[in-house]
Order: sequence, then structure tokens, then C-alpha cells
Amino acid sequence: MYKSVSLSVFLHLAFVLLTVLTLPFVKKEPITAQQLIAIDIIQISEKTQLPFAPKAREIIEKIKKEKKKERVVTKQAPPKITPKEKPDTVPLPDQLKLKKKEEKKKKQNPKEVKELIRQSSEFEKKELFDPNKIAALIDKSKEETADIKKKQSLELTQNQDSSVTLNKGITLSQQDAIKAQIYKCWNIPLGLPFDQNLLVRIKLKLKEDGSILSSEVLDHRRMNQPGQAYYKVLAESALRAVKLCDPLKMPTTGYDKWKDLQLNFDAKEMLRG
Amino acid sequence: MKKLCLIFISILFLNHSAFAVVKIDITRGNLEPLPTAISKFYIDKPSKFSPELKALELDKKISEVISNNLKRSGLFSIIDPESYIQSPRIAHAKPTFQDWALIKAQIMVSGKLVIDEKKRLRVEFRLWDVVNAKEIEGLALFATPNSWRRIAHIISDKIYERMTGELGYFDTRIIYVAESGPKDQRIKKLAIMDQDGANNKYLTLGNELVLTPRFNPASQMVTYMSYFKNLPRVYLLNIETGMQELVGDFPGMTFAPRFSPDGTKIIMSFAKDGNSDIYSMDIKSRVVEQLTSHPSIDTSPSYSSDGSQITFNSDRSGTQQIYVMKSDGSKVKRISFGQGLYGTPVWSPRGDLIAFTKIYRGKFYIGVMRSDGTGERLLTENYYQEAPSWSPNGRVLIFYRESRTKKSKTGFSTSSSLWSIDLTGYNERKIKTLTDASDPAWSGLLSK
Repeated sequence: MYKSVSLSVFLHLAFVLLTVLTLPFVKKEPITAQQLIAIDIIQISEKTQLPFAPKAREIIEKIKKEKKKERVVTKQAPPKITPKEKPDTVPLPDQLKLKKKEEKKKKQNPKEVKELIRQSSEFEKKELFDPNKIAALIDKSKEETADIKKKQSLELTQNQDSSVTLNKGITLSQQDAIKAQIYKCWNIPLGLPFDQNLLVRIKLKLKEDGSILSSEVLDHRRMNQPGQAYYKVLAESALRAVKLCDPLKMPTTGYDKWKDLQLNFDAKEMLRG
Repeated sequence: MKKLCLIFISILFLNHSAFAVVKIDITRGNLEPLPTAISKFYIDKPSKFSPELKALELDKKISEVISNNLKRSGLFSIIDPESYIQSPRIAHAKPTFQDWALIKAQIMVSGKLVIDEKKRLRVEFRLWDVVNAKEIEGLALFATPNSWRRIAHIISDKIYERMTGELGYFDTRIIYVAESGPKDQRIKKLAIMDQDGANNKYLTLGNELVLTPRFNPASQMVTYMSYFKNLPRVYLLNIETGMQELVGDFPGMTFAPRFSPDGTKIIMSFAKDGNSDIYSMDIKSRVVEQLTSHPSIDTSPSYSSDGSQITFNSDRSGTQQIYVMKSDGSKVKRISFGQGLYGTPVWSPRGDLIAFTKIYRGKFYIGVMRSDGTGERLLTENYYQEAPSWSPNGRVLIFYRESRTKKSKTGFSTSSSLWSIDLTGYNERKIKTLTDASDPAWSGLLSK
């Protein structure tokens, strides 16, 4: 009797514990569903990274080169200081030779540079290698650098190709730049109710210089329907904003990506204050 | 299985990349009022009465009234007329939009006045979208030259309606209690004026104290409480005829009256032996119905916009709180649960919100909440303020505020004034009155 009672108590407790522990997981289910949406976000980040590659790599190269030059300068600097440390006694010629050798070693110090390179990415390594080798002025390296340059140019074209096929959008920063322009032009109709879902979609066709070829409200019919006065007001304000922002400052490249734009105007957040 | 998944995912990606138009969400913008130009109206076609019209300066006055109305709404900023390049005549006939865009106007209003042989005034106005270079509204209105103010208000309403999607509230009147004299011998008169403070008129002489005037839906009748013969009772007053009558034959004090939305009933409190309950009375048949019967103080009743419910305040829970019940008095439900005391609930003409006065830690707040008690928002805070009343479109509240002015031997002397505030909590404005003012009530739109 005792046993069965204690067993049932134990089992009940276990059951309660289990439910307490598992219930939150059941609740968390929607969060996994949100993770599915995250796929979209990853794709955008890919888009943002891709166009970065061809241009940005050149810039990175330049900066790295400049940095290296600076580094060389700083490495040359200590020997300049060393003369100040010269003791009153005149060093022997042998000692001078030794010192010069040490300086030379310090100047070229390839190990340190390599450590730096290890921190950077793979293709940057190649770029970082060749200036060193040029600096070393080893005859053989000319051939190597030439090879590397060829490889680089090949890589660039490959990347550009892939960006054409994969990247059908514009970068997030470019999107932000467009947003910032429209924000300035859009006078939100302050009288609109903040508790209604109102979204006006406007399709734009742009010229290469960013000027607007045509603008069209996607749910145009709704504008003249009875009882849609708020929608009409919002749509008209959006059209004014677009017109005021004409011409838009657009990226100089990738016209194909942004010649068609869709702007979704939603004032709810702002009106809720 | 994995392969299938991969294929499916790749198809998804391909589709996405193949048909993707770049979509950008615009969720922010200027919260500045809309830059508006109001070109001076001009007098067209000289007739034999046009010199009179010119003498009245209606061309200038009408555009000024429109400017002031729109400016006070807080939704429009009026560009200084000094900077207008085009003449009013050209602006009304065929404006050069670049000239208006140059002064950063986004919309422009133009108009003309004609007076015909029968001495009727015809006012024509046009509303232009400067940015998109088109006319978006145009109307002609007829009236006698005397009612030019109402024409200006109606035009303001049309502009407001076109630019916000809501009915305007400019062609309305406000009834209030005009106060004058020292604190212990205060004279209180019923007064009525246009919503912009013009055309002020007194409806009572000030021989007895009057309180809480309220319009009926047609804005022709007023119900209010008066201490006539030192008996505080609810009265009914016809504004046009000046006829005044007692509402119901109650053996005691009646107060806090208000009309039902269809105008057929008056709802009020009746106090007897320290207990007050809510009663309604049919105006035609004079049939009285008791709606609450509770040993607490039930007062400040207000109908919902469809007339199916009533909100009121009661101290049945120990403190003064807001309640909602059906219009027959059943299903009483408390809706205010915040800290502090709640009073003077008023149902919005839109039906979604209830405005109230809240007293918390010695301060007075005007706020709104949904009719189920959720979404409480406090719009303004002050030393003493109460009695909110809705504009007919449910976007603006008018209330009165008492402020301490000077310290004298008898203590602080107070002055009361009318204020309005937007539902957003912005655009708080003082309404100019000739004397001290309290207990305001907004009429409905006069031109429906």
C-alpha cells in the first residue's frame, strides 16, 4: 500500500516536472519557425558581400600596400635611433659589421610579416606576398608575381560573373542610402489613424542617372474606392515624396539591379510615436 | 532525401533571384506639418455690388480664416504670403507650379469671389497638388455676404478632409461657461462661439449659476444644469428661439446631462439622500427610466456613438472609476484599473475611444482609453484640468484648465481657460475667449 502510494506520488511529481520542463519548449516552437525566415536574411548578406569583392579587394590591396610601406618605414626607424645610443667609445670595425648585419636582418625580418599574413584571408595572402617579394628584389620572384597577377585577374572575372548571376539586388547600404533620401522627401500625413494597417506600394522605373521614368501605385484601384480615403491620402503623400526626391542619387554601377524599384510606404510606426 | 531537399532549396533560391524586384520599406519620414500656401482670394467681375465687397475686404479675410484654421489643426504649416510670387488671379486660373515649388509648398489653395445681381456671394476655391502639378479639389459655394466666415470654415473642412481622409471640424461651434467676477461672487453665463473664438454670444444673463452645457446632435439644442431659484436642475435650451424648459420633474437635484446620439433622449444623474443614480428621459414622451440602482455615486453618463452602451463613473469599488453598461442599464463592467481616480468619461464620436480625466498624485490628466479599458494614453498633465469634449471627427479634445495666477490675501486667485489637444498628445493650444471659461462642449458639424 505504502509503496504504491509513494510510487504514485513519485510518478505524479515526475509527470508535473516533465510538463513544467517541456511546456516552455512547446511554447518556443514559433521561434524555430522564425529561423526559417532567417534564410532570407542570409541571402541579403550574401548580396551585400558579393559586390564588395571586386572593388573592395582593390581598395584593401591599396590599403595593405600602404600599410606595409608604413611598416617598413617604422622598421627602418629604429636603426635611425640607434646612432643616438652610440656610446662615447668608437666601436671597432668588427662590431660595426655585426651591427649592420643585425640591422639588415631586422629590416627584412620576413617572419614578422608572415605572422601578419596568417591573420588575413587566403586570397589576401597572395596579394600580400608579392610586394614583399618585389621588395626583396629576387629575380625569380618576378615570374611568381606575374603568375599571381594572372590568377588574380582570373579570380576577379569569376567573381564578377558570379555576381551577375547571383546578385539580383542592391546592397543593404545602398538600400539605406535610398531610404534616407525618401525619408527626407516624405511628409507623413499626420492625421492618419495610427491603428490601421495601411501600406502603399509604389513601383518605380528609373533611368540610369537616377531620375524617375515612371511611378505607379500598385493598388491603384483602391485609391478611388469609397471608404478608402486614408489609403488615398497615404498614396498621394507617397507619390509626392517620390516626385520631390526625383532624381534619386543611385549607385553608379549595377543599373540592371535597381532600374525597377518597389517602395513600400508604411507610416504606422511613426504615427504611433 | 537530402538531394531532394537541396534541389527544393535551390529552386526556391533561383526563383527568388530570377523575379526579385528590389523592395524597400519606407517606414520613416517627416513628421512636420504639410507646407501649404494659401493664395489670397480675389474679387472677380466687377458688378454693382463689388465695391461693397471690396470694402468688406472679404478676399483677404476669407484666406486668413482658412489659414488660421489649418494652422491650428497642427497638420498644416502655412507659408508666409509675402513670399508668394504669383498673383491670386493666375494662381486660381492656371498656376505655374514651379513658382510654388520654389517656396517649398506641397499644396496650394486659391479662390475667387463673385457677387451677383441678387447680392449673393459665390466663393469658388481650388486645391492644388503642387508637387504632382494637378488640381485635387474644387468647389463653389453660395451664401449671403454676412456668412462669409462659415464659407471659410467649410472650405477649411474640405481641404482638411481631402488631405487627411477624415471629416473636418472647423464649421462647428463651442458652448462653454463664461466666468467673471471674484471667486466668492462668480458670475457664470452660458456662451457660444465659433470653434475659432469668433462670433461670441451669451445665452444666459448670469443671474444663476450654470454648469455642464452639452449640444444635441443637430447642434440646435443645449442641455445644461442651472441653479435657477437655487434648485440645481437640468434644463433644455433652444439656441435659435431662446426657449428654456425644465427636464423632467425630479424631486431633487439633477445634473451632468447629455444627449443620446440620436437626440431623442437625455441621460443624467439624479441625486437623492446622498445617493445618485443614472436616469434617462425621452424628450418627446417625457418617460423617465432609471438605469442604475446602487448605493454609490453614479454620475457623468455618456452614450456610445451607436447608442447601444453608456459609460459613466462610479465609486462603487471604493474609489472613483469608469464603468461601461448597456443602454438599458444591464451588464455593468468596470474598465479603468490604473492607479488614481478616473472621472468625466466621454465616448468618442468614432466609437473606439473614451476620453477621461484622471487624478493621480495631486495632478490632473486628460487621457483616452479603448472602450474595453485597454490602451490607456495620457495626453496632457496639469495642476487642474478636466471635462474633455470631443471634436466631431474624434481627433481633437477640448477641455478647461485652471491656473493659479496671483497670490492675494485670500490665497491664490485662479483663472480658467479653454484648451485643445490632438489625439496624438501634440498640438496643445489655448483657445481665446473674452472672459474666463470652463466646461466646454463641441458641437457637431453644422454643414453635414
